[in-house]
Amino acid sequence: MNKILAIAGVVIKELYRRKDFYVLFVLTALITLVMGSATFFNDPKIVRYLVEVCLLLIWVSAIAIAIGTAARQIPAECESRTIFPLLAKPVTRAHVILGKFLGCWFACGIALVAFYAFAAIVRGSREAYWPMLHYFQASWLHWMGLAVMIAMVILGSLIFSAPSANATICEIIIVGILLLGGHLDTVALRQPPPLDLITYTIYFFIPHLEWFDVRDILVHDQPLIKWWAVLGATAYAAAYTATFLFLAWLIFRRKPLNA
Amino acid sequence: MEPILKLEDLRVEFRSGALRHNPKVALRGLNLEVYRGEIFGFIGPNGAGKTTTINVLLGFVAPTAGNAYLFGVNVREPIARQRIGYLPELTYYYKFLTVEELLRFYARIFGIPRRETDRRIDQLLRLVELEQVRNRPIKTYSKGMQQRVGLAQALINDPELLILDEPTSGLDPIGRMKVREIIQRLKNEGKTVFFSSHELGEVETVCDRVGILHEGELRTVGRVSDLKAQFQTDLERIFLKIIGYQLNT
Repeated sequence: MNKILAIAGVVIKELYRRKDFYVLFVLTALITLVMGSATFFNDPKIVRYLVEVCLLLIWVSAIAIAIGTAARQIPAECESRTIFPLLAKPVTRAHVILGKFLGCWFACGIALVAFYAFAAIVRGSREAYWPMLHYFQASWLHWMGLAVMIAMVILGSLIFSAPSANATICEIIIVGILLLGGHLDTVALRQPPPLDLITYTIYFFIPHLEWFDVRDILVHDQPLIKWWAVLGATAYAAAYTATFLFLAWLIFRRKPLNA
Repeated sequence: MEPILKLEDLRVEFRSGALRHNPKVALRGLNLEVYRGEIFGFIGPNGAGKTTTINVLLGFVAPTAGNAYLFGVNVREPIARQRIGYLPELTYYYKFLTVEELLRFYARIFGIPRRETDRRIDQLLRLVELEQVRNRPIKTYSKGMQQRVGLAQALINDPELLILDEPTSGLDPIGRMKVREIIQRLKNEGKTVFFSSHELGEVETVCDRVGILHEGELRTVGRVSDLKAQFQTDLERIFLKIIGYQLNT
């Protein structure tokens, strides 16, 4: 475990020494603050729109950070050849994959804490309303969803030759799942055979990332999600993450590396 | 005496293309033993298979046939690399880290306790003369300094066996001399050094034994002094003769 955490530590250091996170955070903060300073039609519920936009920006920024960071990890190690001194130590390729995953995931977790804290402060300052458990559930499920996305991108980085191709394909898949994943069963009902079967198969195989998007509980002050459901979603994310990482390991362990 | 490094009928083939026909044979049944306290020079022309042998020893490439052992443990087991240090030909390190952070990272991988890590980092940075720049990112270092970072990282676990791939490649004469001094110091401390090089003069000065590799085959292995006595000439001419190069003079 120490080796995995050591590798993860380097990933986190790399992220906070790069400018991606700061740029996205400043952009999110700036757009939210500019919108927060405006008043439209003296609507007393304007804060809801503000929170909605802020949370959407957080989702977009977090996906950009997760995909951007995860897509380059292993290809960059191979390209800059830092993988060689690393694997010359008593480190297995499974350690590398798990370390890279944990590093990206923890780094995204740190970014999420900053983003959600900002959202809470903006809302709290306007409404004097602090639904802390709602924030916890939303950010926790968001983080679990990011775990699945990061594992998927790491797997992609071992399949596709260029990090940019991998990032683009993964972005399309992730955004596609978030927007359409939950409606595929309805679409399947209207398809003739065998298209209905194919659509159903896709519906049951894809990770339903939209389940982790619970922004509505914050925007519309909905009641807290049942804790057993949060636990179930966490287990679901863990299962998909483990599957993607296992597949990544199967590919990486056989990959010849020539120093 | 048990060898520290052992190669047994080692064969490596690289296959390419969809049908994976006509494999390129990089190593053809290599047999070699290196013993404790030796400095062993592994020499050969470009494409002879030196780096492939090192890649197998480090677990980067799986052998097609045969086996390789470090300290009696098959190199397929990661634990075989617990007591070795590796210096690659070129410097490949996380350039956004400082040398101290890099050494701390590798020390953590070896499971070295924190206090011991601090002591070793101080000692190694003194040895490679990077104490003054320990808090500067590696990307700001010159090539020679980066090569010395490589030496420091290779020594962080106080290894019993050092594998050096062209350790003086691209260094200026002072850099080369410093690396040679460090190798000599390690020999005096009883460490085993296995290194590949094109610099035959350097190999002749530093090594106890040499192995000459050509086209994936080990053509000869022996003590430098014995080879010189047998062929009545210097190592460079012995090398050229063994690989079949015809000298005009």
